[in-house]
Amino acid sequence: MKLELSDNKDFWAGLMLIATGAATMYIARNYAFGSTLRMGPGYFPTVLGGILILFGLYILVSGLRSRPPPNPPPQSASKTRVNALMPGEGGEGGSWSLRALIGLPVAFVLFGVLMTYAGFVPALLVLIFGSALASPQFKLAEVLLLSVILTALCVALFVWGLGLPYPLLGGS
Amino acid sequence: MDLFGNLFFGFGVALSLQNLLYCLIGVSVGTLIGVLPGIGPLGTIAILMPITYSISPVGALIMLAGIYYGAQYGGSTTAILVNLPGETSAVVTCIDGYQMARQGRAGPALAIAAIGSFFAGTVGTLLIALFGPPLAEVALKFGAPEYFSLMLMGLVAAAVLAQGDMVKSLAMVVMGLLLGIVGTDVNTGAQRFSLGITELTDGIGFIVVAVGVFAVGEIINNLGETSERVVFNSNLSHLFPTRDDLRRSIGPILRGTGLGCFFGVLPGTGPAIASFSSYIVEKKLADDPSRFGNGAIEGVAGPESANNADAQCKFIPMLTLGLPASGVMALMLGALQIQGIQPGPEVMTMRPDLFWGLIASMWIGNLMLVVLNLPMIGLWVKLLALPYRLLFPAIMAFSAIGIYSVNNSSFEIYLTALFGILGFVWMRLGFPLAPMLLGFVLGPMVEEHLRRAMLMSGGDPTVFIRRPISLAFIIATVLILIVMVAPAVRKRRVEITDNAT
Repeated sequence: MKLELSDNKDFWAGLMLIATGAATMYIARNYAFGSTLRMGPGYFPTVLGGILILFGLYILVSGLRSRPPPNPPPQSASKTRVNALMPGEGGEGGSWSLRALIGLPVAFVLFGVLMTYAGFVPALLVLIFGSALASPQFKLAEVLLLSVILTALCVALFVWGLGLPYPLLGGS
Repeated sequence: MDLFGNLFFGFGVALSLQNLLYCLIGVSVGTLIGVLPGIGPLGTIAILMPITYSISPVGALIMLAGIYYGAQYGGSTTAILVNLPGETSAVVTCIDGYQMARQGRAGPALAIAAIGSFFAGTVGTLLIALFGPPLAEVALKFGAPEYFSLMLMGLVAAAVLAQGDMVKSLAMVVMGLLLGIVGTDVNTGAQRFSLGITELTDGIGFIVVAVGVFAVGEIINNLGETSERVVFNSNLSHLFPTRDDLRRSIGPILRGTGLGCFFGVLPGTGPAIASFSSYIVEKKLADDPSRFGNGAIEGVAGPESANNADAQCKFIPMLTLGLPASGVMALMLGALQIQGIQPGPEVMTMRPDLFWGLIASMWIGNLMLVVLNLPMIGLWVKLLALPYRLLFPAIMAFSAIGIYSVNNSSFEIYLTALFGILGFVWMRLGFPLAPMLLGFVLGPMVEEHLRRAMLMSGGDPTVFIRRPISLAFIIATVLILIVMVAPAVRKRRVEITDNAT
């Protein structure tokens, strides 16, 4: 059962919605609810949180009722590729990369930290290098070159060109 | 006549040297990202939005709109040449467009796609000019109940008609509404969901959400997939369609334009639905349906006109009612708000230069795409050889700089990273993301109108069905829900969206 659940997308989707809705209602209980005539700040979020829980229950139950086929049919290569590259549509099938899920947000956060304490150039170098590190097709020499060229381009475009007031080196 | 007077005025605005330049930049960037898979108009517009802060509202909107329809154009180019739809709207174009390319007729396919798009764009422009003012006039009479019902209808329709699971779409709208109310409550000054974080008292930035979800989240998702692209070396020597090609294409272009305009004003129906319907219609009408799938030019002309008409007509509800009908329109609305312009029917009277200038620029932009870009297709396609592993770090860099430049705030960078993770998780769980953005943009307005309507009516919820216009919106909302839940339609819908994606 446990293994089946770990594969069940709808189950997790429903659970996520229920958790979000419950958290919303829990936090919103501190806000004045008001009445239908004079809605307090808590009215709208409480109602929305409730709706979210209902949607979550529906999706969770429908996920439990439909058992996923034991062996999902292999998707044709081209279909997977198109899915993966379609912006905003969400690639559903296929694999995903833990490396990317951790690496990209970390690179982003590092950029934020370094912008405050180290300056534009180090922040960008780390961001670009770190992002590239998250890719399964990482090649050291290529990425080093890319980091330097891209950083130079960004400095030229944003700092010199558009005049963004960021120190190239040193904290702000 | 007034219409031509207004259009004339609009061309005056759009033809200024500055605005022409913004238009050119917009359509060029649009074509570029349309050609490149892995980055779409949503992500690009979100990333570039901070840059538009410093330029005039008209220029900003002209450029952002250019990116949008330019992307449709670029997407069809790769669909034809490489069998890879750069954008969802071009999926259908792959079917016959790529076959034409394999038969050495890539040139005519590209040309007819451009001609069809241009024609559809022209009709779309005229339609906005014709129907915009009367619609806005009606909307000026709307009170809070009407606006609430209208937004309810817009959000429900957008969620239900969009691709993907219907319940999940609706849930995402609610999720967006909730995210939209984070921060200080305008009515009472109370802090909501800011969790004691000072930076959240002003709410979550629109660009933070959009870039986080559509740029960072998208890249996380893309990196999980291994992709390689093979560019089909096609003979591009003769671009011009034959007389026979043109004769065959006239009907599909006209019908495709009609279908696109119809689906365009409906909220939620992406260009993929319009182009797919057009393909079905052409196949049904053809005297020899077996040609479809083997390089029938009708299968390129119809859908390409349809998706462009759809793209243009999506502006009608956004500009006249302040109601975004798609994710990109939600971004446009956000761009307007950031520029300090409250979207709605007042825009047309208060900022006629914005309304008519934008409309005129769309026609000019479409012309630019045909005249300037068609000869440059070879160059664009060369860019396809650029591997994604070199491209995405650049997107990350632009995203980060863009976000940071808005408020010089590292906190917003962290928040964007968080939304990147959220966006990825939502995607993996099968949640469509555009409905979330719609809810997010409209969230504060929906609550505000609901509150006002209740105050007006003395807390009586029947106000929404006692006022005729509001009642009409409510009935439409209920009808949409009933129709979509009906088993037959539901099954058909799954077929269409499956085929379209």
